Amino acid sequence: MRKLLLSNWTKAGVFLICLLPFAVLGWRALHHGLTANPIEFITHATGDWTLRFILVTLSVTPFRKLLGLPDLIRFRRMFGLFAFFYGCLHFTTYIWLDKFFDLKEVWKDIDKRPYITLGFLAFVLMIPLAITSTAGWIRRLGGRQWQVLHRLIYLTAIAGVVHYYWLVKSAIIRPLTYAAILTVLLLWRIASKFWPRPSAPAAIPPQPRKIQA
Amino acid sequence: MLIRKTPDLTYADVTPKSVYLNRRKFLRNTGLVGAAAFAGRGLWELVSPASHVYAGTKLNVVSKSPSSTTEKQNTYDDVTHYNNYYEFGVDKTEPAKNAGSLKTYPWSVSVEGEVKKPRKISIDEILKMAPLEERIYRHRCVEAWSIVVPWIGFSFSELIKQVEPTPQAKYVAFETFFDRQQMPQAKYAGIDFPYVEGLRLDEAMNPLTLLCVGMYGETLPNQDGAPVRMVIPWKYGFKSAKSLVKIRFQKDLPPTTWNRLASNEYGFYANVNPHVDHPRWTQAKERRLGEFFKRETLMFNGYSDQVASLYNGMDLKKYY
Repeated sequence: MRKLLLSNWTKAGVFLICLLPFAVLGWRALHHGLTANPIEFITHATGDWTLRFILVTLSVTPFRKLLGLPDLIRFRRMFGLFAFFYGCLHFTTYIWLDKFFDLKEVWKDIDKRPYITLGFLAFVLMIPLAITSTAGWIRRLGGRQWQVLHRLIYLTAIAGVVHYYWLVKSAIIRPLTYAAILTVLLLWRIASKFWPRPSAPAAIPPQPRKIQA
Repeated sequence: MLIRKTPDLTYADVTPKSVYLNRRKFLRNTGLVGAAAFAGRGLWELVSPASHVYAGTKLNVVSKSPSSTTEKQNTYDDVTHYNNYYEFGVDKTEPAKNAGSLKTYPWSVSVEGEVKKPRKISIDEILKMAPLEERIYRHRCVEAWSIVVPWIGFSFSELIKQVEPTPQAKYVAFETFFDRQQMPQAKYAGIDFPYVEGLRLDEAMNPLTLLCVGMYGETLPNQDGAPVRMVIPWKYGFKSAKSLVKIRFQKDLPPTTWNRLASNEYGFYANVNPHVDHPRWTQAKERRLGEFFKRETLMFNGYSDQVASLYNGMDLKKYY
């Protein structure tokens, strides 16, 4: 198992899997699969995948510990960066295809509409995390400070889920599903902080590595 | 050569498009029927669903309405694969997949309340109530997208005249069909069904208010509200209740589904108004499906000349 997790092939495979939603969008675009309102469809799809990748990123630590597979950490940055990737697509769709760079309009939206305010906040908070995701930045900040900074992901996740919840008209079951998963992931962190399990491998601050995918 | 129109065929006489397009499924169902008969189950019950589904039956349209817009119509594909019909799923593409389970024949609409002649009207009767017109209307959704659809029907006022409202009648309440078995996705919608809507009587009397039985020359597809629905072109789409089973004339303002759910977002009137934003998004612009750039939304969806007088002296910011 360990060997499998450490293989570069696995990493490449996971990378390709993470690109699948993007590929599917591209395929749909070429085959009239984006419904009668393609911009709305792309906005929703990229938003959904941003949230999903945020949750996947937040699942890495619990799974490492619960399954006793510390090597899963190799994939966390990739998942996080994919969350940022889909977040960028989501934001670009909004600002380009939806608002067509009408920045005045965009600012009015952010100022006036709470769900857009939160969505924007969630996106902006991801930017420093994406920038400091490199080995160099971990070294420069030092593991401890880096970790503190990267706790921003919790805010992004909460803001992202509320953004979705505030946006739907009546079918709250989907945003609530995201909210439920996020709650479990956050509660698990609180619980493991107060009741550390002796058998679980200790959390190691991510070590700078030379080779990065 | 004289081509004679088929005399007085009813909906039930015509092979529904969904059946002839789904021959395989039809044959499979027929096979199932045979097997079921052997198993001793009610044959009729199994045959009937298939023969009662209809959509895509040609309608005998007598005239093109002068109230029609000359704007470019949306494609049939757009209008049938991008729907808000929450009883059949909350994604726009779901009703097209799920609405096939709706049995639209036999069908009747109960007209009741403050009328001198309350009655249950069958869909066959509705089709003969008044000459069918084609009306190409702009249709603006509260979600800020819009379409242009060639509806078929007649002014709702024709029905009103025939049932003779009493002087007490001030409002008309509409109710959409609801059945958990035929609409299993409804439980995810977060809405209390049946879907209800309403109009003031004078709004209902306005000649633009359409009792709609078809579009694009044919009967309504299920996902677009078969077999009979309202179309009120100067109001947001949710006012135009689909698959009607009840029309009730009454003294009091009727509750309406979206207003009950979020009264700060969806008012009773729900007139298309670019100056009154939805709390969560602007209504100043809309995306016409099929167009890349948004267009300005027009007051009363461009029907000011015909309907603005209905709201004289009303504060439309308050009565949104």
